[in-house]
Amino acid sequence: MRALAAFAATLLTAGVAAAQDGPSGQAMVQTCYVCHGPEGRSAEAVPALLRGQKEFVVRQMIEFKADRRPATIMNRIAKSYSDEQIAAIADYLAGLK
Amino acid sequence: MTATRRAVIAGSVAVTLAAPRLARAAAGAVVVIGAGFGGATAARYLKRLDPAVDVTLVEREASIVTCPFSNAVLGGYETLQGITRSLGGLKAAGVKVVRGEASAIDLQARRVRLADGSRIAYDRLVVSPGIDLNFAGVAGYSEAAAAQMPHAWKAGAQTMLLRQQLEAMPDGGTFIVVPPANPFRCPPGPYERVSLVASYFKAKKPKSKILVLDAKDNFSKQGLFQAAWEAEFPGMIDWIAGKDGGKVESVDPAAMTVKCGFGSQKGDVVNIIPPQRAGAIAQSAALAGDNGWCPVDPMTFASTKATNVHVIGDASIAGAMPKSGSSANAQGKVAAGAILASLAGKPAPTPALNNICYSLVTPDYGISVTDVYQVTKDKGITTTPNAGGLSVRTPTDLGERKLEAAFARGWYRNISADSWG
Ligand SMILES: Cc1cc2nc3c(=O)[nH]c(=O)nc-3n(C[C@H](O)[C@H](O)[C@H](O)COP(=O)(O)OP(=O)(O)OC[C@H]3O[C@@H](n4cnc5c(N)ncnc54)[C@H](O)[C@@H]3O)c2cc1C
Ligand code: HEC
Repeated sequence: MRALAAFAATLLTAGVAAAQDGPSGQAMVQTCYVCHGPEGRSAEAVPALLRGQKEFVVRQMIEFKADRRPATIMNRIAKSYSDEQIAAIADYLAGLK
Repeated sequence: MTATRRAVIAGSVAVTLAAPRLARAAAGAVVVIGAGFGGATAARYLKRLDPAVDVTLVEREASIVTCPFSNAVLGGYETLQGITRSLGGLKAAGVKVVRGEASAIDLQARRVRLADGSRIAYDRLVVSPGIDLNFAGVAGYSEAAAAQMPHAWKAGAQTMLLRQQLEAMPDGGTFIVVPPANPFRCPPGPYERVSLVASYFKAKKPKSKILVLDAKDNFSKQGLFQAAWEAEFPGMIDWIAGKDGGKVESVDPAAMTVKCGFGSQKGDVVNIIPPQRAGAIAQSAALAGDNGWCPVDPMTFASTKATNVHVIGDASIAGAMPKSGSSANAQGKVAAGAILASLAGKPAPTPALNNICYSLVTPDYGISVTDVYQVTKDKGITTTPNAGGLSVRTPTDLGERKLEAAFARGWYRNISADSWG
């Protein structure tokens, strides 16, 4: 658990410099909206995306990616992103009002 | 401003087209053809990302009846009204919605002609017309024959006709489904249809049978579907692969028979899903290739056959992405980003593309396939290795099937809001 926290902390600092070649945080987050609703404001069943909570999002994505958090689909989705991309995603979500 | 008035004004703009392009607003004018998943998303995201851009959307229908959840209508679990989306949200977002048929594209003069004779000028054009059905692709089938043997592959009147036929069918009857060869709109769609009709039969007409005569030897989510059929509807569904004689050679709508590799089969209700191609406007504007679909640059969805034109959704050839509402939505966002960058004279942003196809087996039993794609100029659109894919084969204590049925409904509501507002 402590190792995970340390790992998450590295990701958090990796931050904005990351994912220069890949899609922007904004472009990646926009693909989440088909399930999580526009701006992550889900209207039904799928959890809303918490905005302004970078650390929480990074941690959940890492847990999904490592199959440590049980999920129907987020584990398959999280495995598609590098740790740098996860940081960029969380950064963009954190900035949404 | 009413749609008609807008069209008239647009017509007068076209007349002065000879004036230098400088005279136009710096942000530019974008015209979108089709207000389905692809076109609506492109139009909304263009306005969201740059409110100064002028966006006009041309759609022949007054409102959109979505294909997603139309199989639930066939099963009696959803109403047509429940799957109808208004275009009001697009208007509220500042999109000029013009009701009409785009009948031609003048690629040189950069304008779209409507069936009523009016013209709309564009700096960039987004074409998202969905599919046309190739009725001639099944011998004996025709548009008129769809009154006896519905396709129900465009949602609306055809969906209701097939539902009425299923309701009128006696217990112990046979429902024949004929899915097409690849590629086609919504690869898991025919098998979700079989499932939800089986679910209805199980409750109301348990002696009935479903015969699936397939042109293919395998299909989307096959293992998950067949395991579910075995568990939920034992003995009811008979799926015949193309190699085992499932490939249909011809149909006789008057006799309600279908001829396949092992002779003539009679159905009480017959659903023919014919082969498909990009919508007619893409064909007439020569945006499609010989195979009937439109080649595009995978980074931007710009047509490789015309400049200043982007083709998205079912009509486009998008590598590993299936023809789905979810794909069309993702492609709409990519096209919007690429267009705004190009209008501003900047390089196109790196695209982010994903797809999610939920299918219901019963109202409480959902399965899914999802992928996040990698995009490069040479390899095109490919799935991310060691990620994405299918729902777990064996459900755990989490109760995946029931949860995914609920998430499927959540997805429908959320993608609808994301696409149409
Ligand atoms: C039974 C079934 C179930 C499905 N289930 C799912 C699902 O669960 N999830 C999923 O993601 N996808 C699903 N799909 C697939 C989905 O419906 C399509 O992939 C999606 O609609 C494609 O979007 P599009 O924008 O390319 O085309 P469409 O949504 O078909 O939109 C095209 C629009 O353009 C308009 N148009 C065409 N030509 C013109 C013209 N010349 N002038 C003016 N207007 C024009 C049409 O009226 C239409 O409204 C399903 C399909 C079927 C058949
Ligand atoms: C296919 C639909 C789908 C897509 C696309 C999707 N999600 Fe999810 N997400 C879910 C579902 C469903 C859950 C609930 C967990 C589960 O069963 O997988 C969830 C849960 C989450 C959670 C946990 C929320 C909480 O409150 O605990 C986070 C964080 C999350 N998703 C982030 C994302 C991000 C970021 C993206 C885009 C990169 C994304 N999701 C794309 C369906 C989706």
